[in-house]
Amino acid sequence: MTATVTHPEQRDSPYALTHLDALESEAVHIFREVAGEFERPVILFSGGKDSIVMLHLALKAFAPAPVPFSLLHVDTGHNFPEVLDLRDRTVAEHSLRLHVAKVQDYIDDGRLRERPDGLRNPLQTVPLTEGIQSHRFDAVFGGGRRDEEKARAKERVFSLRDEFSQWDPRRQRPELWQLYNGRHAPGEHVRVFPLSNWTELDVWQYIAREEIELPDIYFAHEREVFSRNGMWLTAGEWGGPKPGEPVQTRVVRYRTVGDMSCTGAVDSAATTLDAVITEIAASRLTERGATRADDKMSEAAMEDRKREGYF
Amino acid sequence: MTTTSPLTAEQLSATTLLRFATAGSVDDGKSTLVGRLLHDSKSVLSDQLEAVERASLGRGQEAPDLALLTDGLRAEREQGITIDVAYRYFATTRRRFILADTPGHVQYTRNMVTGASTAELAVVLVDARNGVVEQTRRHAAVAALLRVPHVVLAVNKMDLVEYAEPVFASIAKEFTAYAASLGVPEITAIPISALAGDNVVEPSANMDWYGGPTVLEHLETVPVSHDLTGCPARFPVQYVIRPQTAEHHDYRGYAGQIASGLLRVGEPVTVLPSGRTTTIAGIDALGRRVDTAWAPQSVTVLLADDLDVSRGDLIAPSGSVPALTQDVRATVAHLHERPLRIGDRVLLKHATRTVKAIVKALPYRIDLSHGLAHENEPAALEVNDIGAVQLRTAEPLPIDAYAMTRLTGSFLLIDPADGTTLTAGMAGEAFAEPPSAAGGAADDEGWDF
Repeated sequence: MTATVTHPEQRDSPYALTHLDALESEAVHIFREVAGEFERPVILFSGGKDSIVMLHLALKAFAPAPVPFSLLHVDTGHNFPEVLDLRDRTVAEHSLRLHVAKVQDYIDDGRLRERPDGLRNPLQTVPLTEGIQSHRFDAVFGGGRRDEEKARAKERVFSLRDEFSQWDPRRQRPELWQLYNGRHAPGEHVRVFPLSNWTELDVWQYIAREEIELPDIYFAHEREVFSRNGMWLTAGEWGGPKPGEPVQTRVVRYRTVGDMSCTGAVDSAATTLDAVITEIAASRLTERGATRADDKMSEAAMEDRKREGYF
Repeated sequence: MTTTSPLTAEQLSATTLLRFATAGSVDDGKSTLVGRLLHDSKSVLSDQLEAVERASLGRGQEAPDLALLTDGLRAEREQGITIDVAYRYFATTRRRFILADTPGHVQYTRNMVTGASTAELAVVLVDARNGVVEQTRRHAAVAALLRVPHVVLAVNKMDLVEYAEPVFASIAKEFTAYAASLGVPEITAIPISALAGDNVVEPSANMDWYGGPTVLEHLETVPVSHDLTGCPARFPVQYVIRPQTAEHHDYRGYAGQIASGLLRVGEPVTVLPSGRTTTIAGIDALGRRVDTAWAPQSVTVLLADDLDVSRGDLIAPSGSVPALTQDVRATVAHLHERPLRIGDRVLLKHATRTVKAIVKALPYRIDLSHGLAHENEPAALEVNDIGAVQLRTAEPLPIDAYAMTRLTGSFLLIDPADGTTLTAGMAGEAFAEPPSAAGGAADDEGWDF
């Protein structure tokens, strides 16, 4: 038996939005809230798929006016050239302003030291937080999604950071309805995640629907790679391969794009958007589980980095 | 039929989104239910499962502890507690789901209020051995208070009561009577065993007396988005779009997300608080010119006359305009350890407008656990308290009754000193009238959002 007080017919109203329309509408709402309430917002933009989708949504949110934010890229110095190329073309096409904070500059003048494992992703935090402070950005958009990692599942859409950019998960503000609280003291800022409720699959479906251009490395191609910690890394001047790590040519693609030193490729024959979507829908591995070394460092790697100011 | 095989691009394109929340006490098996929904819908991927297995072994446990899937923070894992609402995502061929996973014990009211504020459905878990307990009544009351349109009572651990129908029937009857008395419009009771997997994703072979849907089947088929035509349109202006370029020299658009109802080109509208009237000249739906748009679409509205309209204003059809008021009476959930007292000066955030306000009176607080007893004129509202508040605002606000529309009927109270979110407010009466006993057609009126 079912105990049902009233039993409406089991169908959606003709006004129900598709899930992509609902997510798009929510993200646009978030962009416009920030534009309405903050003085100096900035979009973190790397040329990777999440930041490209983020920028696409911002363009739609304010059209036909230009996006009222500038962009910030934290450049580890180990980027994929195809990604930087698309980054720069996109910035030029939409007449945007791009700030670049370079990890290499920090290493060159001694403010940061290269890590023994060669990973540069963890080194991004200092240039990021100093970039935010020096430009006095008060809202910083990131492409983080709650489905990426369990510490991110706890992240608010509006996430207050103190003057050291630190995240304190125990002191997060409750977030109700669509009422986002962006109040902050001078020196503090708010990280904003318009893609919070999107999954990897949503991002890809949206890219297909909106015909958004991506760097080629997201699609299967031949590449010289070598194996380290169970991942295919691209050989290059950044520091690989070491002796005993033979290079081979494989057909691979990237599910996520970060720094060459910590982002692995996956074996794949998916050369089109449809093929990528089919592959992801069937995958038994998460995006980060498959290809990110930095998350594997400890059970709380992501949470620890977020506490320090990382996204 | 429930399908959990990998989805094709075509299957995925037309799905809708259901936001739902779970509520349950510590030992009701909520983590197991969530873990099973994720696991059996194949939304837990092998690397996540391996991480859980590794962590469980490292802790000396023999079997993987599915609760570790949902406890994302170091302190939660160390202490074995859940601190905060977490959001989870899973999909079937029919629908995508956003689950607000609300912890059952610490600070429960605050967390459940947070999770329920955006939910279209709430799952309330009950242990079949214990039946309806104080916590169950609290969960039902919060769902009713937040006006969650659909409530599922999941009577769990049926395996521990020999899958006996009378046990289920009596719990379902008691809960349904209680929730209906609070005005919950639709209640569906499902007997389950989250541990054994009965009626969660797969129908149970142990309870052939039950002819209803499994939990997942119900989640897949419950209607989302009520009929909007009965609900007046509300359009809070978020941002004014003025390109001031050669190509769009005269473009002046009002950007926002439609909070409720439906907007039409040509419709006479009133802008609040000024009260000026005009008509809708055009609607841009993110790049497409459309004749109509509805909640919750984000659009840009163009008006026929050049009025002074800015962020914080509200556009509504001239035939059904909300009244402006500086005296707001509301039911509130107090969220912060800092108590709320008479005389407190706060900020009130309503839709896209934030104004100063003073707490003029605290008429009562409700004890959700004991049959909704009222304590009149409490000295303060403490964290997790539900009560009534009277506020005086510095400027008039077009606040609707929360019973009519969730988004223009809700607000936050914020501490002006440090920006802390103090209180969640719902304008008007706390609980809805019980649905009419006549049954039949769904009583959708007053339940739109």
